[in-house]
Amino acid sequence: MTRQMSGAKMIVQALIDQGVDTVFGYPGGAVLPIYDEVFQQNAIRHILVRHEQGAVHAAEGYARATGKPGVVLVTSGPGATNAVTGLTDALMDSIPIIVLTGQVPTFMIGSDAFQEADTVGITRPCTKHNWLVKETDALSGVLHEAFHVATHGRPGPVLVDIPKDVQFATGTYTPPKPSVSHYQPKVKGDMEEITELVAAIEKAKKPVFYTGGGVINSGPAASQLLRELVKSTGFPITSTLMGLGCYPASGENWLGMLGMHGLYQANMAMHDCDLLINIGARFDDRITGRIDAFSPKSTKAHIDIDPSSINKVIKTDIPIVGDVGHVLEDILKVWKSRGRQTNSEALTKWWAQIEEWKKVDCLKFTQKGKIIKPQHALVRLEELTKKYDRYICTEVGQHQMWAAQYLGFEDPNRWMTSGGLGTMGYGFPASIGVQMAHPDALVINVAGEASWLMNMQEMGTAVQYRLPVKQFILNNERLGMVRQWQELLHGERYSQSWSEALPDFVKLADAFGAKGILCSDPDDLDDAIMEMITHDGPVIFDCLVEKHENCFPMIPSGKAHNEMLLGEASTQGVIDSKGSVLV
Amino acid sequence: MSPLKIKKGATSHSAYNLRPTFSDVVERHTLAVLVENEPGVLARVIGLFSGRGYNIDSLTVAEVDHTGHLSRITIVTSGTPQVIEQIKAQLGRIVSVHDVHDLTVEGASVERELAMFKVSGTGEKRVEALRLADIFRASVVDSTLESFIFEITGAPDKIDAFAELMRPLGLTDVARTGVAALSRGE
Repeated sequence: MTRQMSGAKMIVQALIDQGVDTVFGYPGGAVLPIYDEVFQQNAIRHILVRHEQGAVHAAEGYARATGKPGVVLVTSGPGATNAVTGLTDALMDSIPIIVLTGQVPTFMIGSDAFQEADTVGITRPCTKHNWLVKETDALSGVLHEAFHVATHGRPGPVLVDIPKDVQFATGTYTPPKPSVSHYQPKVKGDMEEITELVAAIEKAKKPVFYTGGGVINSGPAASQLLRELVKSTGFPITSTLMGLGCYPASGENWLGMLGMHGLYQANMAMHDCDLLINIGARFDDRITGRIDAFSPKSTKAHIDIDPSSINKVIKTDIPIVGDVGHVLEDILKVWKSRGRQTNSEALTKWWAQIEEWKKVDCLKFTQKGKIIKPQHALVRLEELTKKYDRYICTEVGQHQMWAAQYLGFEDPNRWMTSGGLGTMGYGFPASIGVQMAHPDALVINVAGEASWLMNMQEMGTAVQYRLPVKQFILNNERLGMVRQWQELLHGERYSQSWSEALPDFVKLADAFGAKGILCSDPDDLDDAIMEMITHDGPVIFDCLVEKHENCFPMIPSGKAHNEMLLGEASTQGVIDSKGSVLV
Repeated sequence: MSPLKIKKGATSHSAYNLRPTFSDVVERHTLAVLVENEPGVLARVIGLFSGRGYNIDSLTVAEVDHTGHLSRITIVTSGTPQVIEQIKAQLGRIVSVHDVHDLTVEGASVERELAMFKVSGTGEKRVEALRLADIFRASVVDSTLESFIFEITGAPDKIDAFAELMRPLGLTDVARTGVAALSRGE
C-alpha cells in the first residue's frame, strides 16, 4: 500500500519494513530530520556510537553474528568519510551492511557547502553499490533495492546518500516488493560441473576441503550441509580465517586453520593434496603463499557465488558459480545417487600422513616463569569460556592469529574478525554490535593494546548501553606483528613499533565507569579471567604478556606452504629480497 | 537491427566462460557493456579499470534505449586471456551492469569509428590532401582558404592509415569517437 509521507519518515518506515531492529549511528546537521523521526518511534533501537567508524564496525559485528544486514546512520561530510574504513572492511570481507548518509540539500550540492563531501564519489570503490537519491518519490524504492543488493549474491556494503531537502519533502512510500530488481545473481551451480566434481571426489586419493567465509555467508544450512559432506566422505577439512566455525573445531576431520599463520598439518595437506575443493574462499595471498608453488599436484575445484573470484589468482580446473548452500546440496544429491563412493584405501593412507604431520604439534609452547605467554592466556581463556554461549571478536595483529589458533569455534557466526582489510580498531566496536544482537551472550574481544586504542572511545557506548563486552587485551607494549616482521626482515631495527605512554587500563576503565582488571602473574590468570566473565558489565582486561613473543607457525612472504617456520629456530634471513616486497 | 538485439544467453558463453585458456599473449578485445543509464555508471566502469590496473584503448558511451534507460558502453581493451576474463567478470558484478559481451569471441562483429581531421596547408599539399580524402571516402565538412576538416568513418585501421597519410600534408588536429561495435547476424 502506498502512502504519502516525508522522506525522513520513509527512511524509518523502510527500515521497519525490512525487519531492522537496530541502527548504529551518530547525528549531525544533514540527518536531523531522520533523527527527529527516530525520536518519535519505538520499533527501532538507535545505538549512539562515539565515532562513525565505530558505527560501521558495530554494524559489521551485528551482521556477522546474526546473518542479517547491519544498518548505519551518519551525517554528511566527515560523518560519511569516517565511515569509509568500515565500508572497505565490509567490502573485503563480504559483510552485508547498509549505510545511510545525510547530504547537503540538492540545490547546494557542488557548492562546497558546510559538511559537504562527494560521498557517492568517495565511496564508489568501497561499496558494492551506492546511490544518491535526489527525489523523495524515489527514496523508498532505492532503500529496498539497497537491502536487496547488500544481501543477494556476494554480500557487501551499500550506501544511500540522502540530501536534507529530500528528507523534508513529502513523497509516495512504496513497501518492499520481491524481485523488482534486475540484480538477481545465480545461486544454482552448473550440474555438469557439479557432476565433474563428484567424479573427482570419488577418485581422490589425497583430497582436502578448503573452506572460507562464503560458507558462513551462505547461512547456517550451508554449514550443516558441509558437515554432512565432510562426515560422509571422510575428507580432511581446513578453513581460512574467515571461515572458522563452519566446521567445528572439535570435529574429527578438522585440520585447523591454514595460511600464513595456519597449522602445519593444514598447510602441508594443501601442498600435497591431489584434489583441492575450495568452498567459498578466494585464494587470498595470506592463504596461497607463493603462487607458483601453491598446491602443485592438485586438481582444483572452486565454488564461489562471485564469478570474478574464479581464476583471479589460481587457475581452477572445476569452476562452480553458485551459492555454497545450493551447490553443496546438489553435490550431496549427486554423490549419494552415484553410490556414495570414495577411494577409502587411499584415504586411510592420506590420513596416516596427516597424523604424522599433526605429531609436529606446531602450536606447542612452554609457559614457565612469572611472565604470561600470550598463547597461554588464550589457552586459559578457551578453557574457561568454551562452555559459555560465546562470541569472539578480535582486533588485528599477533593476538588475532593466536586467537584463531588457540580458540575453538564450534558454530558459524561466532567469530568476528577483520580478515581482508586487516583493520586495527575493528574488534571493540564489532563486539558492541555482537552484544546488541545477543544481549545475554558472553562477548569477548581479544585485542592487542595498540589496536584497541584505535577505537577506545567506544567505551562510552558500551557503558551507556550497559553492554557487558569483555575487552581481553594482550598487552605487550608493542605493535607485535610489526615488531615480528622487523625482527625477521629488517635486521631487528624496531622502528616505531613500541607503545610508550600507554594508559593505565584499569584507571581508564574506571574513568569510563567500567571495570578494569590487571593481570601479570600466570598464577592469577584463571581467577582474573573468571572475574572478567562473571562481572555484569563491560570489562577492560589488561593482560601483561611476554613482550617479544613471535607468532608461529609462519609461512614467510614469498615462500611455499611446505616451507613453514615452526619456531624460534633460525628465523634470520628466511625471507629473501623477492619476498621482502610482499606484505 | 536494434542495438539491443544481442543473442540471449550469450553471456553464459562469454563473460562467465570460466574454462581457462591461459596464455601470456596480450590480446585486444572489444567489449559491449549494457548498463543502467544512471548517474555515476561510467565512473563505476572507468573506476574498475583504473582501480584494478586494466587498460582502456578506447571507450564510447551513449544511451541506446531511452524507455529502458539503458546505455551501451563499447570498450576496447587489451590484456592476456586471464586478464580479459577477469575484466569481463569484474564488469559483470557491477550492479548497474546488465550484460557484458565480448564481441571479439562471440562470432563476427563490425567495428566502426568516426574521426575528424583538420589539415592545414596550401598549394600542392592541399590538393593532395583532398585527393587522398576522396580515395578514403572521407568527406569535407568544413573548409577555409588554408584548411579542411575531413570526416571519415570506418574501422580503426582505416582511420589510422588515413591519419598517417595526412600527417605530412599538414595535419593539425584529430578528434576520434572511439570504437562502436555490433555483432553480425541475428
